Amino acid sequence: MSDLPVRKKHYKPWFNIDLRNLPLPGLVSIFHRVSGLFLFVMLFWLLWLLDTSLASPAGFAKVKGLLGHWFAKLVMLGLIWAYLHHFCAGIRFLLLDVHKGIELPIARATSGWVFGVSLVLTALFAWRVLW
Amino acid sequence: MVNRVIVGAHYGLRDWLAQRVTAVVMAVYTLIVIALLLADAPTDFAGWKAWFAQGWLRFATFLFIISLVYHAWVGVRDVLMDYIKPVGTRLLLQVLVILALVGYGGWALQILWRA
Repeated sequence: MSDLPVRKKHYKPWFNIDLRNLPLPGLVSIFHRVSGLFLFVMLFWLLWLLDTSLASPAGFAKVKGLLGHWFAKLVMLGLIWAYLHHFCAGIRFLLLDVHKGIELPIARATSGWVFGVSLVLTALFAWRVLW
Repeated sequence: MVNRVIVGAHYGLRDWLAQRVTAVVMAVYTLIVIALLLADAPTDFAGWKAWFAQGWLRFATFLFIISLVYHAWVGVRDVLMDYIKPVGTRLLLQVLVILALVGYGGWALQILWRA
């Protein structure tokens, strides 16, 4: 039993990510996690919005009024950014899975594109729909 | 003596693949819905309700929700496994995430097929 190859436990700090030293692909990865987690946490609110808006004309008006509030708009803007970043980063990860763009210079460039495209689309959405 | 290597429970590949398949389902749904809304977005309650009453859209939205539940489970589980080390706390959080997601799935079903 004693010679079973069991991995040795070594304790690392709970959270030791220093964003300043992370290369761009690493930032895409950590933001993929942060945005995914944010979307999960806000899922209750999003389902409530869908439920209320489809329940009755009064509910529809309530949701419309609520989404007119500046703070709700800010949260919505955050959610839209999170969705778009998660979407773009996810497509990049899917391509990496099938070995497209795994060379370092290309992987760095596509990381920049993920940030750029999702931010531009968020701004576009804010301009056309939210405000 | 046979050199036994400790291995996992073999659900890793299935979840890895499921996370990607569900991602593709959600991505396709997202593009279709955005295209439809850009073309003709409902502006009042009657239009909004009629929009979601389309049979195929209910079907597609249901697939989206089911994909979301599985996708979110794999993703949040991975995050919990990486950052929450105490086994008891992690198990509790994982159970809460499963309960929430299953409940959300039922809730979405009810929203979609409510008359």
